[in-house]
Amino acid sequence: MDRRTRGHGLNADLSRNGTEQGSGDLGELVRSLVPKVLAALLRRKEEFGAAEDAVQDALIEALRVWPANPPSSPQAWLTTVATRRLVDTRRTESARRRREETTALAAGQGPTEQGDDALFLLFCCCHPALSASSQVALTLRAVGGLTTGEIADAFFVPEATMAQRISRAKAMLRNTTFTAPGDLAVVLRVLSLIYHAGHGRRPGLANDAIRLTRQLTLATPEPEARGLLALLQLQHARLPARTDANGQIVTLDEQDRSLWDSAEIADGVAILQAALAEQRPGRYQMLAAIAALHADAATSEATDWSQILEWYDDLVSLSDDAARDDPAAVLNRAVAVGHVAGAAAGIAETARVAPVLGDRTQWFAVRAYLLEMAGDFAGAGNAYTTAAERAIEVAERDHLIRRASRVRAFGSLSG
Amino acid sequence: MPKYLLLKHYRGGPEQHRPSPPMDQWAPEDVDAHMKFLHEVSRILRESGEFVDARALTQEQTWVRYGGPGAAPVITDGPHPETSDLVAGWYMIDVDSRERALEVAAFVSSEPGRGGEPLYEWIDVREVMD
Repeated sequence: MDRRTRGHGLNADLSRNGTEQGSGDLGELVRSLVPKVLAALLRRKEEFGAAEDAVQDALIEALRVWPANPPSSPQAWLTTVATRRLVDTRRTESARRRREETTALAAGQGPTEQGDDALFLLFCCCHPALSASSQVALTLRAVGGLTTGEIADAFFVPEATMAQRISRAKAMLRNTTFTAPGDLAVVLRVLSLIYHAGHGRRPGLANDAIRLTRQLTLATPEPEARGLLALLQLQHARLPARTDANGQIVTLDEQDRSLWDSAEIADGVAILQAALAEQRPGRYQMLAAIAALHADAATSEATDWSQILEWYDDLVSLSDDAARDDPAAVLNRAVAVGHVAGAAAGIAETARVAPVLGDRTQWFAVRAYLLEMAGDFAGAGNAYTTAAERAIEVAERDHLIRRASRVRAFGSLSG
Repeated sequence: MPKYLLLKHYRGGPEQHRPSPPMDQWAPEDVDAHMKFLHEVSRILRESGEFVDARALTQEQTWVRYGGPGAAPVITDGPHPETSDLVAGWYMIDVDSRERALEVAAFVSSEPGRGGEPLYEWIDVREVMD
């Protein structure tokens, strides 16, 4: 769980100063305290943008100072430093509010309601008025406890660009009040986005997304939050088998299932079962159920495709127009249809989303898979080639080119 | 979030919408206005939190290839055919959508040309693979 890409992990930064193990714990600790400290400042009616900046400053100071001088009460230390920053900032604007410093410091020691804090902060950071990239950046900083530099590294943009994105997002929030209940669907989408930006490429981000989603499930009883956590864990559990020793993608049907993290699968399944017991089904619970069925199969041949298809049927019936609202579900359902009712039936299903996804790599990749299943190796080769031309990930493109080459070689042998 | 490379070309691409001579044949104030605009684009992208990189390339183009075992590399440094593509520089941006990338590219293309008129230059928009 602790593999982090270069430049992203706090562990990597701290290990320059201290022992690997102790520093890693410090990194985890300081990250987990960030939302608590920020929430405490907000309860004192501090403005969100200024308070978030102050907590970020305190975080960076902690990363610098703690390895040599660990505080006796880390949370009080962070609150004190953040409060001092807030006061300093205000003093440069006006000197008259100086007396607030002592009151603020005293108020910082109180207990925090962890769950509610995390939920409130996630609603702020995932405000529907913000763009997706701003929601992601703000969530990772204010709730995830990452530094601006780490977020910039994770998304391969200059630190100044990420800093500007965050400050613009906060400027937009400045005139927004948070009296209305937040939009949980947006929060779930942002967490899912963070996970998938990390999945297989930046392990740190994937771990952050799982950590934040787990935090969310402590703050809300909504079964969809647990559905997302189960889904992310089930996907994450299969990650060790997703690439071979050369970094090449290995598809689900060819993965070495002994490499899957069985403890994480068991955990994901238990979380999913608890969510499903609430009898309030939703998209993430359904996707998690499908992932659980894949994880449950001892071999690729043992996959229970009929049950998977039933879940896909439920998934696409969530919307009156699934081809428009959730085209990925319709496309992936076509694979299940292919396994249950035959390749030709699956290929026919892909036509439903041709107007929406017909120029995407995924659409051609699914077609190619089903054409290969149908024994049309020439057609599959062409579809894999088109999919490769449209891929937006290098590893995926290389995988699709190898598929095209393999299916053509096979076709010329059997033809 | 997807990254896009907005490529500017010295030559190549679709037929020019408003044919224009090369910049060295413009009035100095037009050249200045053009350069100023391109810096302004970078500033706006930094401000919006979408800037990744901006670079200009010289016009000199050298083709090099392996010469074979024990042989020196083969170098061809022109002149190259007038019809070939020649990249002049780029902006790399990190944006929320392809639509936004196209919007930025169209803005770049509105850059002032001769006499302060928009240049209507074709911008080559390419998505960067992750």
